[in-house]
Formats: sequence, structure tokens, C-alpha cells
Amino acid sequence: MSLDRTQSPPIVDAVDFELTLPTVESFSLRNGVPVYAFNGGAEEVMSVEWVFWSGNSYESANLEAATANFLLRNGTSTRTAFQINEFFEYHGAFLQRSCFNETATISLHGLSKHIDTLLPVVRELIADSTMPAEELSIYVQNMKQRLSVNLKKCDFVAGRLIDAYLFGADHPYGRYTKAADFDALTTEQLMRFYDRYYRNGEFMLFVAGKLPANFRESLDKHFGDLPNRKVDRPVHLFHPAEQKKYRIENDPTGVQGAIRLARSFPDRSHPDFQPSMVLNTLFGGFFGSRLMSNIREDKGYTYGIHSYLMNLLQASGWMISTEAGKDVCEATIQEIYKEMRILREELVDDDELSLVKNYLMGSLLGDLDGPFHIIGRWKNLILNGCTDAYFYQTIRVIKSITPEQLRELAQRYLQEQDFYELVVT
Amino acid sequence: MILFERFQLSNGLRVIVHPDFTTPNAVLNVMYDVGARDEDPERTGFAHLFEHLMFGGSVNIPEYDEPLQRAGGENNAYTTNDLTNYYISLPAVNLETAFWLESDRMLSLAFSDKSLDVQRKVVCEEFKEHYLNKPYGDVGHTLRALAYTRHPYRWMTIGKELRHIEEATLLDVKAFFKKHYCPSNAILVVAGPVQTDDIRRLAEKWFGDIPGGTAYERRLPAEPEQTAMRRLERWADVPLDALYMCWHMPARMEAGYQAVDMLTDILGSGASARLHQSLVKEQKLFSNVECYHFGSTDRGLLTIEGKLVQGVTLEAAEAAVQLEIDRLLQEGVSEAELQKVKNKTESMIAFEDMSLMNRANSLAYYELLGDAQWMNTELARYAAVTVPELLDQARNVFRPSNANVLYYRAKSVPA
Repeated sequence: MSLDRTQSPPIVDAVDFELTLPTVESFSLRNGVPVYAFNGGAEEVMSVEWVFWSGNSYESANLEAATANFLLRNGTSTRTAFQINEFFEYHGAFLQRSCFNETATISLHGLSKHIDTLLPVVRELIADSTMPAEELSIYVQNMKQRLSVNLKKCDFVAGRLIDAYLFGADHPYGRYTKAADFDALTTEQLMRFYDRYYRNGEFMLFVAGKLPANFRESLDKHFGDLPNRKVDRPVHLFHPAEQKKYRIENDPTGVQGAIRLARSFPDRSHPDFQPSMVLNTLFGGFFGSRLMSNIREDKGYTYGIHSYLMNLLQASGWMISTEAGKDVCEATIQEIYKEMRILREELVDDDELSLVKNYLMGSLLGDLDGPFHIIGRWKNLILNGCTDAYFYQTIRVIKSITPEQLRELAQRYLQEQDFYELVVT
Repeated sequence: MILFERFQLSNGLRVIVHPDFTTPNAVLNVMYDVGARDEDPERTGFAHLFEHLMFGGSVNIPEYDEPLQRAGGENNAYTTNDLTNYYISLPAVNLETAFWLESDRMLSLAFSDKSLDVQRKVVCEEFKEHYLNKPYGDVGHTLRALAYTRHPYRWMTIGKELRHIEEATLLDVKAFFKKHYCPSNAILVVAGPVQTDDIRRLAEKWFGDIPGGTAYERRLPAEPEQTAMRRLERWADVPLDALYMCWHMPARMEAGYQAVDMLTDILGSGASARLHQSLVKEQKLFSNVECYHFGSTDRGLLTIEGKLVQGVTLEAAEAAVQLEIDRLLQEGVSEAELQKVKNKTESMIAFEDMSLMNRANSLAYYELLGDAQWMNTELARYAAVTVPELLDQARNVFRPSNANVLYYRAKSVPA
């Protein structure tokens, strides 16, 4: 029998999968620090992440939180920056730190066999950093230089401005960096921040990979006696911009413009959040989305166009982002609005909706691959104050959402006049 | 140890199966033995443009992405100077959909004018986004053109110029497909909760009747040994002066490759690397400095690059880099440094192998180089490198006559 290649092989609809989020172990160190752990994987590797409530929202001056976080690796009372880096790298471990809006982290990835050697030095960074002035001055100089390069890039400039319009330039979500902010930093100020939000700060732990039998005892031994003082969650008010449309010239010789459209959106706890994730996927959230199909695959205006709901704790935003040829930026914006209008006016057909649902379920399944992905998903749930019930609710929403609900959401949220509109050329 | 089985179809397609029953996902990876190095110098960027066209529908399937997304799958592809790779990740229960899609586009593309027209524009926008509209965006092109005189590594995968992409015709596309996209030039890897017998049956079913085509014989012009240092200066509208230096290094399968890779690590990778410590932290000449290579199949380039701290001259910066190299050549590497880079390599490989996709991709790559089994022996090749061998390779690579130096000067000084 000859093969009929026009016929697709039968598939199991991903939407019919019964997905389960593997459970994590959770326990507390003797100082009350919560630990979430997932033991698994074939390779002898593991990760440990320390999540502190020490992000941008806690700073009293711009860059305080990010700089303190950066300098955690740059000196303790007994080790220089070089010695710290040499120590971790010698053991083939990767020690990283990152600063976000609410939280800031230290993360360690390494071979499980070295973990007991490495943990005491991480403890030292948390309990005994010195933020040396020399390290600060090198950092400030180099970051200012990097900023000057980034400011030449239209996409960088656009990314800063749209957040400021959306949340207000005085809100941690919208605040951006100026060279003068770097110059104003002092070691005293950073030490104060460090002392309050790291040495005495409130934190939790996320652990994943091939975990040694004694990992609970190890974590308790090295981190169970830290103060872990509760930190009050700060309140910042949003001051979104009045003006909605902006055209900014940044690089007259450039050949592309950076386009950002964004509107405010409620946080994860709002009942519209999960259904809107489905609408967003259809609109601009994957390769087969309406925006990609029209603006890249039909018009060829851009290499890529994406929309997404911002993953922030206090609020969200609905963002559309692309880089397009200078001569087609305005046409691109008109096409984006056209796609919003179609979603408001027409019902998505069952075929396209079932594709989106299958795609979403398939990618949920793909995202649960391996211990690092699993702990990452749990971390996001926990930081958002959710449990695995939220994960299962997401699945229920994906499976059950109807064309009518999607159109209703589009009518509520995809309205041209609610969007900030920015082109940086 | 990555376990796999191998077989070949009668049309020449090589198939590798890597079973892993810990995951519900499967990966299907097709690697074609064609990259930018196989392009006509007057038609550069073609291998990559072609990769885009592979998503424009095939002879029996008008839409590539849609049925895959419907099966809960995701896919992507990349083109390098050496090869082109396509990969799909999807729920293992729907694996046959991946066979169907990949085999049909190996059989024949739809070759539509519309798809070519749109993808030419998309690739031109990609060119602009990454290489024209970014400060220092043209450095990759400039360095390759300086270091290579004959070998096709002298252009980047995106192409030498926009014009080459704009001028591509459907005739070119068809000829390229016929020459390179056939079973005898491809390697299929399937990874996930699968049995080899099932994969053999599926491979026969979907790929078995595709004509084998003519195995491509690669005859690339060899790059003549460089005999004198080359220097170039560029002025551009960037905020900071930048220094780029590169040296020819051993090919991927040549003796010494692993040692040079380790030297790159010792000089430039991580916050405790020699160049960062000396030039950024101690001497404060650079705001960043990196040392890297691309793992090229043919003789590649080891590159050191960095942006200068304002007020530092390019001459002083270059002299300081040279001093670090001289120190390496005179004092060599310590046993502890060697052990450190071995530990890092062990750890890096373990992390890479966490992902099913990476494992499938690596198996295809090593098979393309000659033998998928090398994936399991690569770490031992690193472990066998000695201190004297590092010094030998350092002396071999860092000869002044092997060096290419680019001064990238800022036209204006920012306020």
C-alpha cells in the first residue's frame, strides 16, 4: 500500500492529557526559612537558589538593590572577589545572582558531589560580605559604559520607556537607570541595604536535581541559624502616564524602529488572568499566532513579533513588542490594531482554538521536563502566593475556554485607546 | 554514558535512536550536512535563507507549523557556517506527526514565490536587527573578512550583504535543495521513550522511499597559512573604542582542539579568568573582556575582544593583552588551573546532557563529525590534556604571524 502523505497521522489531542505537576518536598530550617526541594534527574547535578525579599521595591535610591546583589560575590572579610570566583569555578560550579522587582536571588548550579564544599562559602556571602569600595568603583565605571552602549539601541530605549509609561517612572516597575544614579552610590548605603535585606533578611530556598542524602541537614547547618527577620512588603503607587502615543528619535542612522504597545492589566489573582493567557497565545504568544502570521509570515515587516502578559507580582501589563523596518513601523501598528479588532468582532473558529489549546497543553508538558524546570514552575507559583491548585486551574481554563469568552475578553482588554503606543527610531 | 542505537536506510539516511523512558516528551532532530561554508561567494546567506523556506510548506503539506502545534509540539532550526539543524519536541504519543512533517520536506518543498518573497524580507529584517541596527553589529563580518582570505568562513551565516538575499531566485532555491537536502546528506536522531524497532519501522515508512540523492562532496578552498600579522582600523558611531584580536586555531577533529578550547576557558571564561582578572579588575583597562571560539568544524578563530575604559588607548590595551599572552607562553598553565578547567568541562557536559533536546542534537553533531559514539568519549579527551600540551598549543596559536587585530574606534565621545 502506498503512503498517502497528504494525510496526517492520527494524534492524541494534547488537550486530553492529564498533566500532573510533580510534587515538591517542603520543610523549614530551624529559623523558619521555607525550603522547597525536588529530587530527580539522571545527571549528578543540582541547583540551590536563595530567594531574598530584597528586590528593587525595597531600595531607597535607584540601583541600590541591584548593586548590592551584584556585589555579593565581590568580597567577604576573608576572601577577595577573585578568590570567591576562583573557588566556585574550580569546582565547576556556577554562582549567579539576579535582582528583580520584589526579590533578588543567589543561585548555585554544580555537581552534587561538591555541594557540601560549596555551601559554607555561600553562607559567607550572605553573612559576611563587605561590598569593597574598589569593587564598587569598577562596577560603576563599567556599568556606565555598558549603559552608554545600550542607549544606542532602540529596543533597549523602548523597553525602558514603555515600562515607565505603564507604571510610572517613580515605581520600581517603571524606574530606569541613569548614569548619575550610578555615581550617587556609596558603600555605606549598600552595606546598610545588605545588612537589612541579606544578612538579616528574609529568604526562602529552592533546591532541585540529584540531592545528596544529607541535604536537609546541610542546609540547616549552614543556613538554619541566619536571622531570617521578616521584612515588611513595601507599597508603591502606580502613576501611569497621561499621554498615550509617543514617537522618539534615538538613532537617526538606524534602519529599524522598536515598537512597543502596552496596556495595564490586573495581577494573577484576577479571574481574567488565566483566560487572557489563552487569548494572548492566539493573539501574539506563539509562532502560529495572529500577529506572527500576518506581520511576519504574510507581510514580512519583521523578524519576529510577540505579545505577552508581564510576569510581575503586584500588577501586570499586556505588551506587544517588535522591531520592524523604519518605513513599515506605522503600517505594523495599524496591523496590530486590525488584529485586535478582529478578535473583538469575530469568533475564533473551533479549528484554530483547538490548535491553540493543544499547543498550550503541549508546551505545559514540555516545560515539566527535568528537575530544574519543575522547581522553576513551583517557584513561580509560590512567589505569587499560589499552590498547585493554580496550575490545575490553568489547565481547566485551557481545556474549557470558548470562542465567546475569548471575544468577550478581547472586547474588554484589546481596545486600541487603552494602549500606550511607542516607536523608537 | 548516553546510550543509542544506529542504523542506515537503503537511501543513505543515517538514523540514531536514543531511548529515555524518564520523559513523556520526544525529540526528532534532522541535521543536514550543509552550512554557510558551502555557499557560492556571490550568493552568501543562502543556507540560512533556505532554512526559513523550509517552514513555507512542503510538497504534500501546505502548512508546516500548524499540524505540529496541533499535536502539541514545538520546533525550531538554526544554521551555522558548518551545518543546518531542525528539531522538534512534542509529546511522545504524537511522535509520528514529526516523522510525517520532516519526511515530507525532505522529499520536496512547495517552492512558492510568495514564501520566497516573504522570507527574503524577514531575513533582511533579521540582518538589520542583528547586524546593522546594533552598535558594533558589523564586527563579525569585518573580523572574518580580515582573518580569512579564501576559506568560506570569510562570511557570516546571515550573508555578506543584504543584496545577496534580495537577489535570491526560486531557481537558486531549487538547485540548493537538490544538491543538499537529500537522505544521503542528512542524519535523523529520535530521542525519548521509544523502542528502536518502532523507530526503524517509522523511519522506513516515512523516509524509506525518498530518493537518496547524490552525496555532496565538499571541496572547499583551504585557508593558506597566515604568514604575517594583519591589522585593520574602523571608525564607527559607537560610544566606546573596542579591541578585537583573533588567531587561527585547530579544526574540530584536529589534534590540539581540546587544548585550545581549554586555553580559551583559562583566559576568558568566568569571573576568575585571567584576562578579566588582570585587564578589568586589576589594571582597569577594559570594561569587559572575553575570549571565545565557535567550535568550527574547519580551522576556526580564537577571539579576544573587549571594550576599553574611556581614556585608555587601543595601543595600550593591545599591549596589555599581549603581555598576558606572553605570560602564558613563558609561564604556561599551573596544574591547578588545568584541574579547574577539567572540572568545569565535566560540569558543563553534565548540565548540557540534562536536556533531551541537547542530547539528540549532540548525537547528530558527533555523527556528522564522524561517529556519534564520540559524544561519550569527548570528556576523556579533555581529561587527557596535560600542562605541556596546553603550552605547546598556546605557542602554536599565539604566534604573531597568526594574529589579526581590529581597532574599532568611536567616532565621537559621549558627553
